[in-house]
Amino acid sequence: MSLCWLPDLTDWPQACAAAGDLSFDGFVRLASTRLDASRTNQLDRLLARRFPDGAPGAPGTRPVRLAVLSSATVAHLLPAIRIGGLRRGIRVETYAGPFGAYWQDLVDPDSGLHAFAPDAVLIALDAFHLSALGAEAALAHLRDLWRGVRERFGGPVIQQTLLPVALPLLGANEHRLAGARHATIARINHALREAADAAGVDLLALDDQVARHGRDAWHDPVWWLRAKQEVAPAAAPLYGDLVGRLLAAGQGLSKKCLVLDLDNTLWGGVVGDDGVAGLVLGSGSAEGEAFLGLQAYARDLAARGIILAVVSKNDAANALEAFETHPEMLLRRGDIAAFLANWDDKARNLRRVAASLGIGLDALVFVDDNPFERELVRAELPMVAVPELPEDPSGYADRIAQAGYFEALAITPEDRARAGLYAANAERTLAAAEAADLPSYLAGLAMRLVWRPFDAVGLARIVQLVNKTNQFNLTTRRITEDEARGLIDDPDAVALQVRLVDRLGDNGMIGIVIARRDGSDAFVVETWLMSCRVLGRGVEAAMLAVLAGAVAERGGRALIGLYRPSPKNAMVAGHYPGLGFTPLEPDGATERHRLDLSAYRPEPGPIRIDRG
Amino acid sequence: MQTDAIEARLTAIFRDVFTDPALTIGPDTTADDIAGWDSGRMIELIVAAESDFGLRFTTREVDGMARVADFVAIIARKLAAKA
Repeated sequence: MSLCWLPDLTDWPQACAAAGDLSFDGFVRLASTRLDASRTNQLDRLLARRFPDGAPGAPGTRPVRLAVLSSATVAHLLPAIRIGGLRRGIRVETYAGPFGAYWQDLVDPDSGLHAFAPDAVLIALDAFHLSALGAEAALAHLRDLWRGVRERFGGPVIQQTLLPVALPLLGANEHRLAGARHATIARINHALREAADAAGVDLLALDDQVARHGRDAWHDPVWWLRAKQEVAPAAAPLYGDLVGRLLAAGQGLSKKCLVLDLDNTLWGGVVGDDGVAGLVLGSGSAEGEAFLGLQAYARDLAARGIILAVVSKNDAANALEAFETHPEMLLRRGDIAAFLANWDDKARNLRRVAASLGIGLDALVFVDDNPFERELVRAELPMVAVPELPEDPSGYADRIAQAGYFEALAITPEDRARAGLYAANAERTLAAAEAADLPSYLAGLAMRLVWRPFDAVGLARIVQLVNKTNQFNLTTRRITEDEARGLIDDPDAVALQVRLVDRLGDNGMIGIVIARRDGSDAFVVETWLMSCRVLGRGVEAAMLAVLAGAVAERGGRALIGLYRPSPKNAMVAGHYPGLGFTPLEPDGATERHRLDLSAYRPEPGPIRIDRG
Repeated sequence: MQTDAIEARLTAIFRDVFTDPALTIGPDTTADDIAGWDSGRMIELIVAAESDFGLRFTTREVDGMARVADFVAIIARKLAAKA
């Protein structure tokens, strides 16, 4: 029951040690990592230590003074509630009254509650206490409480639904036993929905959470007996986050827009390489159905007012073709308010999405299967929510749902019409937003390019990569395994395989380059290709440095680069000019470019080069 | 697991919970020796130890935890029973 959508922070002790002069934004970022109960409490103490007079709160948020009225112990939930607010930039001050005395606290004008003067009240009565009254009396008691709070204090009133803590006596037909606790709790929870609506009270639906995680995750008899903690301490981080969602929703701070990557997020496969027909999507395979599951969830969110956008590294034509022609697509181009398929980095594109829709970056949720892209966006745009995704696409939609980004307290007709309005507006402007600080991010990735000549071990992957790569592929020349094997010992060829390793992990073999002596002192680059996963990271320049070194070792003095345009490789049209090659006479449809090695100096880049 | 290995992991947990990277503990350390070790912190210690060692303490075991040595003995016994 962890905050599984948030990224884990591995160097937590280091982060804590640096908290003494951390900015408020820095604390918000720490709160947006996967905090367990212990870290939640630590962060709360560090925040109080750093801001002894109270944390400032983010611009656009209102501080909240939240009182928790409870019949059980809730002190262990208060740090988590404050951190749940911090995660959304909201400064939350909390109050919990003396144990078991919530009614006196409310009615006595000299009580601690009145001195605290809350502007929001959470009513968290335990299920043992309430169900002992019986369903009718319990509801009447709650209505009295709500009225009593309303008469004395302003602001939202939040009612926690009852945790189903009682043990069944009959079994599946518990409701037939008059007065059974288990059934009484269920009855109260059922009636609470209507009663709370009638009173303008918002619910904190713990019973829904129990339906997901199980009673044992939320309630632990050991802690109930020891400290009268109805909510188990280990559940506190999620409890606090659920409260934080409600407070944020009340201030209009919930997310507004779901931004989706395409390849391996909205469908299986890479449309630029596999083609529309090669995509894994829809009935026919379980994985294809899984991707449809995310599409269906996005469509349903849009129907209730969430704006949809696409940010994908793709040629726009390829991406659009899938939307327009793939028969299994649930989402259509018209569902997407801002559609950005290009080769720019994603932080820049997310800025464009926000600008074109006229919403803040902090209103965006960005969903991408690629950990590199997620890290990049988090580093460049910490205000954009970027959920960690499970490995299996069948869990994508559920992960987004669990994160509660789009928590809403009500639904209006305007909500339902909103998606269409935004789509119309966004057509108007896709303004260029300010550039993200990409170089410093890349430098922090500690990338290493590890290269080797072709060898027997790598043959299978080499042949596979050469024969399936379509987009970053200069000549789209295919190769057989025999041909590749022949290159291993060929003195007149330079054939290199390249891996990329960074602090997020090993990206595997991501590049191939093959150059042959052309009879003189020049080597012709007949194959150069790269996996699209590593685009925009300076890998091309590093590969050129390796290639130039290997060719010079064979006595070569120049490189001739070939570019043969195909329907899918337009993205590399500028590859050789960008690396400093000079155009030569084309050979039919094939462009030729030359680089004299005597004039070539490798540019220092963010990538260290190692011989593997 | 050896008792000194358990104590080393407990030290890390205590340092986290009391947000003090220099904190040291010994077998005879009790709540009287560490500022801020109140009932709330005790809960944090137990929840953190349960999650770190992958076990659950019984009500009676928690009742019997006063010195660090009590933590170590109970954890050692439970780990041995699991192995």
